[in-house]
Amino acid sequence: MAMLTFEKKYRVPGGTLLGGDLFDYWVGPFYVGFFGVTAAFFSILGTALIIYGASQGTTWNIWQINIVPPDVSYGLGFAPLAKGGLWQVITICALGAFVSWALREVEISRKLGIGLHVPFAFSFAIFAYFSLEVIRPILMGAWGVAFPYGIMSHLDWVSNTGYQYLNFEYNPAHMIAVTLFFTTTFALALHGSLVLSALNPAQGEDVKTAEHEDTFFRDFIGYSIGTLGIHRLGLFLALAAVFFSAVCIIISGPFWTAGWPEWWSWWLNMPIWSGAH
Amino acid sequence: MRAALSGAALLGAFAISLVAVLTFTRPPINIVATGNPGTGMQLNYVPKQVAAALAINQVPAALPPIDAGPPASTVYKNVQVLGNVSSGAFTRLMVSMTNWVAPQQGCNYCHVAGNFADDSKYTKVIARRMLQMTIAVNTKYTNHVGNVGVTCYTCHRGAPMPSQIWFTGATPGSGAGLLETSMGKNLPALAINNSSLPSDPFTPFLLNHENIRDQGTTALPSGNTQSIKQTDWTYALMMHYSQALGVNCAFCHNSQAFSDWSESTPQRLTAFYAEAMLRDLNTNYMVPLTSTFPAGQRGPMGDVAKINCATCHQGVYKPLFGAAMAAQFPPLLGVGASATAAVTPIAMPSVMPNSSIPTTDSTKP
Repeated sequence: MAMLTFEKKYRVPGGTLLGGDLFDYWVGPFYVGFFGVTAAFFSILGTALIIYGASQGTTWNIWQINIVPPDVSYGLGFAPLAKGGLWQVITICALGAFVSWALREVEISRKLGIGLHVPFAFSFAIFAYFSLEVIRPILMGAWGVAFPYGIMSHLDWVSNTGYQYLNFEYNPAHMIAVTLFFTTTFALALHGSLVLSALNPAQGEDVKTAEHEDTFFRDFIGYSIGTLGIHRLGLFLALAAVFFSAVCIIISGPFWTAGWPEWWSWWLNMPIWSGAH
Repeated sequence: MRAALSGAALLGAFAISLVAVLTFTRPPINIVATGNPGTGMQLNYVPKQVAAALAINQVPAALPPIDAGPPASTVYKNVQVLGNVSSGAFTRLMVSMTNWVAPQQGCNYCHVAGNFADDSKYTKVIARRMLQMTIAVNTKYTNHVGNVGVTCYTCHRGAPMPSQIWFTGATPGSGAGLLETSMGKNLPALAINNSSLPSDPFTPFLLNHENIRDQGTTALPSGNTQSIKQTDWTYALMMHYSQALGVNCAFCHNSQAFSDWSESTPQRLTAFYAEAMLRDLNTNYMVPLTSTFPAGQRGPMGDVAKINCATCHQGVYKPLFGAAMAAQFPPLLGVGASATAAVTPIAMPSVMPNSSIPTTDSTKP
């Protein structure tokens, strides 16, 4: 891929966290760095192990390939490769690859002298994965409660794990997370449509400005959060959604083992109800 | 302004911490796998739940076995059920029944003092019928109770009225004017895990013979007219199963396909047999006793106390943790009993129900 004339200006040495100048170069459009090497190592090894696991399984059907975690009887110990050990190694590879990817984002940000917002945001996605596969299993005392690696099998796991708590939609953190996910898409739709409306005026008219955008919302609802503010809000909504998703699964099991509807008993038992129940 | 905001944030954080500490449980977790690794099929318990279940599910000491003496009918008058039981075993069972059902009140709770044969106390009439019911459960419904069986204590736990009973709720469809028709919903009850589901799923399913299955059997619509509200009734019943047995959905079902018997655990079949049993017990044993019970012991709609899963199970998936209590009382297993008086249990279909298109009943409340 040909490099654009101005790109060279931004390809500056330095800013690395590890490895000094050793991996401070580009391959085609991609910055490498120490963490590019580790990301490639972990992702290739992990994928190879998944393919090996599939070869030991019963099917090559892409939808049905399934790498399962150890039985809960193994607790937090190591399991034989064929009985969940493979899942354990793949989990280490996945975390190695995800964290490498985030640190590579840090190095690129440092080269450019920009903030660390992107790796900060991506780390929430890693945290969600880490919650499901490491934090919750440790709190519950068994790797076996983590989700398996398979397209259909991990969906089955989600379904059954939800039904362990009878009706997962009564999970308070799940409620907050779902609300935030919907609000995120709502905010993005408002923002995207507003920007496009300003940039696509009627034929023959000038492109409109940020002032037009602000005025639209001031006329409409009396307030505009502003051009920078909408991005802060968007990032907050998205990250809060992921954060509360992680919370909702961490509390399911470690901090509540009954049905989620029953958790709300504290509300029904409030003294304000004067014996209505 | 800044200080006020910090203060509010601090107060909010404190309130959230308070809710977190007071309303949640904490590890360690005891896990019981009910499916293969990675399926997410498991039961989760904290020690407090297990201890609470153990505390209310202890088996009382049994009296030393006696099986001597002539048949009870030759010694006592008006012995209608246990006439062929030896008088020793008969007396032992009578004393045990007193311990199980009326330990405070004693023999005279059922018997007229000085005349054991007298049937003038309503409690004695009911006790006789309950004896027949116990024998019927132990002999006809081994597909549900297995070799463990039940005794009076399984339900009564030392009280004349079992603690886990149910009455029919307010009649659905009683909404007035523009109000939505009442479907018996939004009345939180522990039987439905305090959810907003209908709080009396028992009348349609455990007394009447409504269709529990709501899912269609084909991917595309093909005549299944079960409504959302009917589905709510089924969900409410399933909530009760879970609450009564101290389990979750994964005890019986793989949620990948709730209806598929081949993906379900063996426990689902045991539960399936209980449905026919409970309909039989409620219809043929409890309902005919309605007028025998004094009005004060009947429900708000004037109906008799009835049986559901919780009546025996009381929060554990094997009542009394599976203690083989009935085996110590052969008359309760039908040995020497002369009259069982139960109707034949509903015959099991030779094909499991998911292979037939579900019948629908749009008149279900």
